[in-house]
Amino acid sequence: MSDILLEGSTEGERLRLKAAGAWIAENARGLEAEIDQAAQRYPGAKRVDIDVGRVERLDTFGAWLLERLRRGFSARGADTQVTGLREDYRALFDELHAVNPETLPAPQRGGLVHALAAIGVAVTAVGGTLAGIVNMLGALGLALGRVAVNPRRFRFTSMVHQLDNVGWRGVPIILLITFLVGAIIAQQGIFHFRKFGADIYVVDMVGILVLRELGVLIVSIMVAGRSGSAYTAELGTMKMREEIDALQTMGFDPIEVLILPRIIALIIGVPILTFLGAMAALYGGGLVCWLYGGIDPEIFLQRLKEAITVDHFKVGIIKAPFMALIVGVVACVEGLSVKGSAESLGLQTTASVVESIFLVIVMDGLFAIFFASIGM
Amino acid sequence: MAGNGQRDVIIQVRGLTVGFGEHTVLDAVDLDVYRGEILGFVGGSGAGKSVLMRTIIGLLPRRAGTIKIFGIDPVFSSDDERHSVERRWGVLFQQGALFSSLSVRENLQFPVREYLNVSQRLLDELALAKLELVGLDASVLEKFPSELSGGMTKRVALARALALDPEIVFLDEPTSGLDPIGAGDFDSLIATLQRTLGLTVFMVTHDLDSLHTVCDRIAVLADHKVIAAGTMETMLASTHPWLHAYFHGTRSRVANAAGPAVAR
Repeated sequence: MSDILLEGSTEGERLRLKAAGAWIAENARGLEAEIDQAAQRYPGAKRVDIDVGRVERLDTFGAWLLERLRRGFSARGADTQVTGLREDYRALFDELHAVNPETLPAPQRGGLVHALAAIGVAVTAVGGTLAGIVNMLGALGLALGRVAVNPRRFRFTSMVHQLDNVGWRGVPIILLITFLVGAIIAQQGIFHFRKFGADIYVVDMVGILVLRELGVLIVSIMVAGRSGSAYTAELGTMKMREEIDALQTMGFDPIEVLILPRIIALIIGVPILTFLGAMAALYGGGLVCWLYGGIDPEIFLQRLKEAITVDHFKVGIIKAPFMALIVGVVACVEGLSVKGSAESLGLQTTASVVESIFLVIVMDGLFAIFFASIGM
Repeated sequence: MAGNGQRDVIIQVRGLTVGFGEHTVLDAVDLDVYRGEILGFVGGSGAGKSVLMRTIIGLLPRRAGTIKIFGIDPVFSSDDERHSVERRWGVLFQQGALFSSLSVRENLQFPVREYLNVSQRLLDELALAKLELVGLDASVLEKFPSELSGGMTKRVALARALALDPEIVFLDEPTSGLDPIGAGDFDSLIATLQRTLGLTVFMVTHDLDSLHTVCDRIAVLADHKVIAAGTMETMLASTHPWLHAYFHGTRSRVANAAGPAVAR
């Protein structure tokens, strides 16, 4: 900055400071440096006169810096006086006179303790989520009981609407993805099995893998990303806008009105999507076997009949409603734990998708152990 | 201030037309706002008061007309010029529009940090100073917007609108949702700030008490136009049916009776 905004001259223990120019926000940085310098340069001043007669413009920034300058000298026992203040700036200056920065809360410190605390908070949050899931399962059971006693309370329209969203509208993308996955597995299988002349076993691999594991896994992961996140965002926004509180005060149970239809829609929709997905994957696999592996469709079907049993199909389909339940419950728990801020909505939606995919995979592992031990 | 012979026009709106689809909300609106005044802007619900305000601050596109703020039309100027205008106004939105993921301190410091390069100490001190200007204290600094009451949200939002020491503040229904005492306090706060900081205030409001106590001039929007602009006395004397109903309705009698006594 070229022009000097603060000039000082001393007469013994008496210091005269002359402020001039524009004491405004744009110059705040330069002004701050100048007033700090002034305070250091004249440490011995006993009497300080600050003449602001030549200040052309003054805003809150300038007025506060002026006040800080004055306080700096006062704190060291100097007698300070501000002169020449224009009448229209007096009110602003008086307002700032009352501000006491010592009431400012100390900034929070980072460091090791903070990091450890964050780990602790994260661990308790995991516990909280698990408790929330168990809690939600219980509440759902109760709501289901009430609906079973009085079926007219079930929100059938809402359920159909959700089923349309998560099931019907999800069909194209699910078909496309499972088709591609089936095709890729078949291609990889043929490429590697051919080395030892076992390409026909690709049909066994594709059939068993798709029906038992991949169909249901891919569909569950897609549904967690597509519908679970939507549930969390919907419920979270409703929570933020107090819509859920409004429901409660009207005597409705939000679990029964909002969550039960959503979860039932998922439980109906996911097995259907799993079946469609498995068929698309087999189709993709068969197509690649024919075009890339030279296995005729007739031979493919013949081999498939020998390789798979109804059990393989059952294993996949039995898992589907459980996966749907996990995705739905996690999504709803996370949606209801949204706090007031936009950031919290984003965090909970992310958490919802990550947790449901994680739990879907864990659940799939547990099912694998279970089916192996009962011999399916 | 108001009443001077030569008055400096700070916002000049000429022939402004705004519409959505088939629907025309504002039709060739003219309006002047003078430096240093508090302009109360009234009109029926859905008449387009907020639309006019949002068009002036550049949030809505217009079909025709010019808007000059500090002599610059933001739409027909360079980015730098537009930013320099935006830097000189502050806006208080109806719901506060505080950033929900930032604390009050961060909300107040956000615009300052973006536009000015000043030390953290000065940022903190000024955040506190602005809070005290709007009648709050340091205890709310670390709170998040979701933890504030309605009145506090409005005050913090006003403090944020004032963060850069603007010359104009736009207030969209500042007293709606406040109790009468809170609304009265807010009115006197606006009047005090206007005096202290030399602000120009453009206030969309429905609050007859605000109109009586703090507004220097009132502009009325009806039938897609500004049908009248002037002091409270002019409004009360007007024979336009809508104006008459607005300023002489049952709800306005009490305010009329109390008004002149406390007028500034």
